[in-house]
Amino acid sequence: MIRIGSGAGFSGDRLEPAVLLAEKGDLDYLVLECLAERTIALAQKRKSQNPLLGYDPLLEKRMERLLPIICKNKTRIITNMGAANPIGAAEKIVEIAQRLGISIKVAAVTGDDVLKYINADDRVLETNEPISSVQHVISANAYLGVEAVLPALETGADVIITGRIADPSLFLAPMIHHFGWSVDDVDLLARGTIIGHLLECGGQLAGGYFADPGKKDIPNFAELGFPFAEVESDGSAVISKIEGTGGLINLAITKEQLLYEVMNPYEYITPDVIVDFTSVYIREIGPNRVEIRGGRGNKKPDTLKVSVGYQAGFIGEGEISYAGSNALGRAKLAGEVIYERLKEEVQDLRIDYIGVSSVHRTTYGQSHPYEVRLRVAGRAATLEEAVKVGEEVEALYTNGPAGGGGARKYTNEVVGIVSTLMPRNKIDVQITIRESVKNEEKIV
Amino acid sequence: MKKKLYELAHSRAGDKGNTLMLSLIPYNEKDYPMIREKVTVEKVQKHLKDIVEGDIVCYEVPNISALQFVCHQALLGGVTTSLGMDTHGKSLSYALLEMEIEV
Repeated sequence: MIRIGSGAGFSGDRLEPAVLLAEKGDLDYLVLECLAERTIALAQKRKSQNPLLGYDPLLEKRMERLLPIICKNKTRIITNMGAANPIGAAEKIVEIAQRLGISIKVAAVTGDDVLKYINADDRVLETNEPISSVQHVISANAYLGVEAVLPALETGADVIITGRIADPSLFLAPMIHHFGWSVDDVDLLARGTIIGHLLECGGQLAGGYFADPGKKDIPNFAELGFPFAEVESDGSAVISKIEGTGGLINLAITKEQLLYEVMNPYEYITPDVIVDFTSVYIREIGPNRVEIRGGRGNKKPDTLKVSVGYQAGFIGEGEISYAGSNALGRAKLAGEVIYERLKEEVQDLRIDYIGVSSVHRTTYGQSHPYEVRLRVAGRAATLEEAVKVGEEVEALYTNGPAGGGGARKYTNEVVGIVSTLMPRNKIDVQITIRESVKNEEKIV
Repeated sequence: MKKKLYELAHSRAGDKGNTLMLSLIPYNEKDYPMIREKVTVEKVQKHLKDIVEGDIVCYEVPNISALQFVCHQALLGGVTTSLGMDTHGKSLSYALLEMEIEV
């Protein structure tokens, strides 16, 4: 049996529950999944501005807390916090370890950056147009599978740091490594992938993102713990969390997480295997203990998915609030005025009424809110144009309806993502070792 | 008697590009056949007409007594470039749960 913990579900995730899990979880592996689709494109931009950067901005903060604990407890970390610069991240980790007086071996996994292999006539999956139709491409990263992580595990490294790896593969790799599973045993790969898929969002499997007071209550919510799995050699597992932590692990939450972000439950595609999620059995076996059993798979696809990041201009936003009698009427008048003032200059102008219909883009049933917040968003090619949206909203103070207050303005640079497919043989995975005792480079 | 799905089931939204996934999981597994029968693709398409522009596919997941609705062209282009407030569409699970069925 091995114990694998989930120490982060996204780049900005909370650190305290991960520290607690590392301390008390008796873990063999702690996996931190920190790389959303767009994150790597943003990281690529940071790296182009400073070649030493491009890894997760919270890398230092997380490692300073976790390294002393995992060293003491003999837990290995697997994380995609390398983002656009796994080797730079490995060097940073070694630097932190040296500062803390810790002896450590770090393996960086590279090869996911496939920008140079992208062809103009490769097809964009979303549009079926050639890649050449996408302007200002800034990054292309292939979703690598366990084949990229296994050689890093074999080096005996304490920390394995990667760029783009399919999320469940970060969890499946240590199972294959530990149990000696064949990478052709599709059912075992399917079971490990299901466990990885359940764990990859951190607190979401322990009641985070589930609570609805009076309907779906979560005990001691503020102290939400992160989950871990006790995985057996047959690919079955028990999901649990540290005793005394807040949150809840039960059947309903596990069901929600099983289907989370799943396009087709009969064919969940990863670089390692195609999984049939209808073949798994889940049951509660005790308080905060859920058993995962069974699972079937089919042979992995011949191609890998590649995320292509591109510069997509800027979004400018502005918000202002109205309250009291006829709040919605005044907010709507403000929206009409803004539309007239901006329609010639800003493409794709969107006007929302927060408190009424902004998040669902419609409303079910009538509502007469006491307060309404006008929100205006517009797309622009340049930052200068995007700024105008917020400026016009702010100008409602002296040029708009009565009683507008709390104006705020924002601009954001937009990085878009499209996908394409790439044959596996184009991928060249490399493992680079950095050690805190004596620095040496080895490429296998 | 009409009941909101909110009374009978829970849901979590997920996104991939411009595609929205909505699970529908009855609190009581005994309600699964009834929900499967009453919450048809046509009804969901009508209920989400202001949100989902493309097709909706429903997958039955009998091992966990749940349905998965996969809604295409539902997120104003998707999280990375959308001008919407909730660019992921994460709050849309509760749009589905506003739907009423006869029980």
